[in-house]
Amino acid sequence: MTDDYIKHQYTPILPKKDEWPVVKLSKSRKEFIQQVVASSMERIRSLTGNQLQALKEELELTLYRERMRIKQNPWLVDPDDEAKFWSKVKSSLLAIGAEQQASETEKKEKYFEILRSIILRYAEEIASNFKHSHYKMTRSIVTFGFSRLLNTARVKGFKSVFSNQYSLQDKIQIIGETDQLRELASRGTIVMVPTHFSNLDSILIGWTISTLGLPPFIYGAGLNLFNIQIFAYFMNALGAYKVDRRKKNQVYLETLKTYSREAIQFGCHSLFFPGGTRSRNGNIESKLKLGLLSTAIEAQRANYQESEKEFEKVFIVPVTINYHFVLEAPSLIHDHLNYTGQERYYSESDEFSTSYKISKFLVKFFTKGSDISVSIGSAMDILGNHVDAEGNSRDRQGRLIDCRDYFLSNGKVTVDLQREEEYTKKLGRRIVEEFHKINRVFSSHLVAFTAFRLIKRANKKLDLFSLLRLPEEDIYLSYDTFKEATAEVLECIKKLRAEGKLHMAPHLEMPLEDIIRHGLENVGMYHARRPLIRNDQGNIVTEDISLLYYYHNRLDGYELEKVI
Amino acid sequence: MGMSWKKSSEARPVGVIGIGSFGAAIANLLAEKNEVMVYARDQGVVDAINERHMVKGRKLAERIMATSDPEILCEACDIMFPMIPSAAFREVMVQFAPFLHPYHMLIHGTKGLSLNLAAGKTLENMAEIKREHICTMSEVILQETVVERIGCLAGPNLAKELLEDQPGATVVASRYDEVIREGQRLLRSDNFQVYGNSDIVGVELSGVLKNIIAIAAGALSGMGLGDNAKGLLVSRGMVEMIHLGNAMGGETKSFLGLAGIGDLVTTCNSTLSRNYTLGYRLAKGESLDDIVANMEEVAEGINTVKLIKLYLESTDTRAPITENLYKVLFEGFKVETALQYLMKYPIYTDINFL
Repeated sequence: MTDDYIKHQYTPILPKKDEWPVVKLSKSRKEFIQQVVASSMERIRSLTGNQLQALKEELELTLYRERMRIKQNPWLVDPDDEAKFWSKVKSSLLAIGAEQQASETEKKEKYFEILRSIILRYAEEIASNFKHSHYKMTRSIVTFGFSRLLNTARVKGFKSVFSNQYSLQDKIQIIGETDQLRELASRGTIVMVPTHFSNLDSILIGWTISTLGLPPFIYGAGLNLFNIQIFAYFMNALGAYKVDRRKKNQVYLETLKTYSREAIQFGCHSLFFPGGTRSRNGNIESKLKLGLLSTAIEAQRANYQESEKEFEKVFIVPVTINYHFVLEAPSLIHDHLNYTGQERYYSESDEFSTSYKISKFLVKFFTKGSDISVSIGSAMDILGNHVDAEGNSRDRQGRLIDCRDYFLSNGKVTVDLQREEEYTKKLGRRIVEEFHKINRVFSSHLVAFTAFRLIKRANKKLDLFSLLRLPEEDIYLSYDTFKEATAEVLECIKKLRAEGKLHMAPHLEMPLEDIIRHGLENVGMYHARRPLIRNDQGNIVTEDISLLYYYHNRLDGYELEKVI
Repeated sequence: MGMSWKKSSEARPVGVIGIGSFGAAIANLLAEKNEVMVYARDQGVVDAINERHMVKGRKLAERIMATSDPEILCEACDIMFPMIPSAAFREVMVQFAPFLHPYHMLIHGTKGLSLNLAAGKTLENMAEIKREHICTMSEVILQETVVERIGCLAGPNLAKELLEDQPGATVVASRYDEVIREGQRLLRSDNFQVYGNSDIVGVELSGVLKNIIAIAAGALSGMGLGDNAKGLLVSRGMVEMIHLGNAMGGETKSFLGLAGIGDLVTTCNSTLSRNYTLGYRLAKGESLDDIVANMEEVAEGINTVKLIKLYLESTDTRAPITENLYKVLFEGFKVETALQYLMKYPIYTDINFL
């Protein structure tokens, strides 16, 4: 993968929208949901061992958890009949329990009926509402609106409003294996797995996919985002299906996974944020949520179970999104530092909570500097082997691998969930490795990392939390010390790049003084309290050390801390 | 011969790669229930097996046949048991890799470690040896082949006793339940019990690290010391294995099972063990080179001590028995001196790993 970005006009790979799998899926939405319900039922049936008692307990547990959720954590998007539905489930369960005459089989039938109604409700909620007209509309809004903002800011004079000198591609640079991605999207099904730092990511990725000429991808978006109307519109337009993190009951999780797996089998390119939620501490994800990832592997196996299926191969494409600035950083890091280790409900009260704040940010983003880059990694099969231009898996020596062989025992494709669980873990580890390799280092990451390490070194005796409680007024670094250390870290980053372990933005080839200036200008540039600035005395100081810590974390995991 | 196996899915033979004493014992165990095909590099050995059912003076079951062609073996078998010394393990895997596919299962029985350095690096120009540079055999398989479904055999499996069909047991460790199930199906018999464990690295390390303690145990006997000393060594050795094993990614409980404590106790008391014999002869005053020169098969413990010593230098972990044994093996220390040093070692806590 090259570090340089080439501005490029991509033609759509599937020009007719009727050919898009996502359009086909939305046309047969009803049948598809039925299919999801049937598969999910099957899944729960086998999980409960088809035992009456186990099934009953599963339903009761689901009911209990749902009633707790409704009481403790209601959201705007929740449908009005939520309470009614679940009290109906309750009375049905009671009625079956009280029946004396019914035989075990009859009872089981009735329990399955209730299960079906719950799964159907979940599947309806999860299912995306993709509408092609909305998609087109959104794409024009994003492209037109953003490029107007961009050109107004950069091209001077009256004519600026009509200028097309700058396009979004100058602002958001797409680098990496774009051609391979386009090629494979017409040979198989893509599962894109990006890092997740900001709520802006979904829109960015949506824009990237459309810019690359690919048909829309479906993806799981947090139901909470649908609370905000501007997001709800975008999400629906981009083919999002809904993921409710409050619902942790087995029935819901199985339905969700089934939905994802069936959609991949259907041929819909999909997008998961494998970290689950946004990175709270600014690290590149190192532990992934394997639930949705496992659906890619199950779908691959299911495709091999059907003989001679077209476009049967599933390709995993890691993507990193590189920012100088993450709007939600203050609340994310705050959240992280307060994290008590227990699971709890998220209170979504961050900078993305209102449409107004978002619009304000977007205007700032496009009128001031601060570039973003999206790095497309090279595609892998479901076990993390790289694939060639034709989509064939290759081992490290370049020998051909038949992916189907991973699922064979005694010459037949077999279902072995424990095996697939191990495959999922392996795939997760491979994705994390690739994230670190395709990650693109910016000047802002460099200065934040160096400054925080220097502060840490000067306060060796303090643990992290005491360090972060230091009064900011007391912290300063002399410019010369800082410059020297920055040079050392940069040297090490260049060495890592030579070994193929990461990537660098081209601006890191500037003279050191310029890199530092660029970094200081850009690191967390829109925060009210800047993580790092140079003060009037010429010293390097921070206005918010937690934020500095957050931006520093982006370079965690490369063993750079050995340098300083 | 080999190609005809491909078509019939019914009676696929089980493969054994390498036919040293342990390989021969496993081949015979497997042959009780299965067709077995053995790979040996040496055509003379192959002919001897096919014509006379003999290998290096040991009798092999009649249904065991042999080939010197890796491709034939890989085509014929879905499941293979690599039984080769660690020093040759990587090379053999590289040789097999072109013929291996993800549907293959490999269950190895090698209790040794392999060094893994980047091209152009040697022990001399490496600043430090870290965990990533030291591989168990399952890690070698993962690096060199596309096989995912990997298992290992470990436990008190003295080849001579197995060849005599005495009662015994082994552990099949794998992250994959299906590998454990297959291992049990193929090996279990009236006289042979097979346990499963999902912590493959822990089980591999149990078998690897116990060889260090076995050398030390042999040395104690060679010095004419009694059972108190042996008891002391076995229990301190256990603690050392667990600390090292944890640092290298194994779970404590695996070291307490058949592959850990079971194998340790066996090897530390058995004159049949190569590593024990090595220690014994060292204490009797023979030099390492002389002993190695006239041993029929390698004592894995020698290489293990060397690699673990290097690894220790890059960590904060201390392993007094290994460190002192290193001095005896490679720095001309007297066994007596090492023992005195150990007796003065300042650790007074009995158990600190639970």
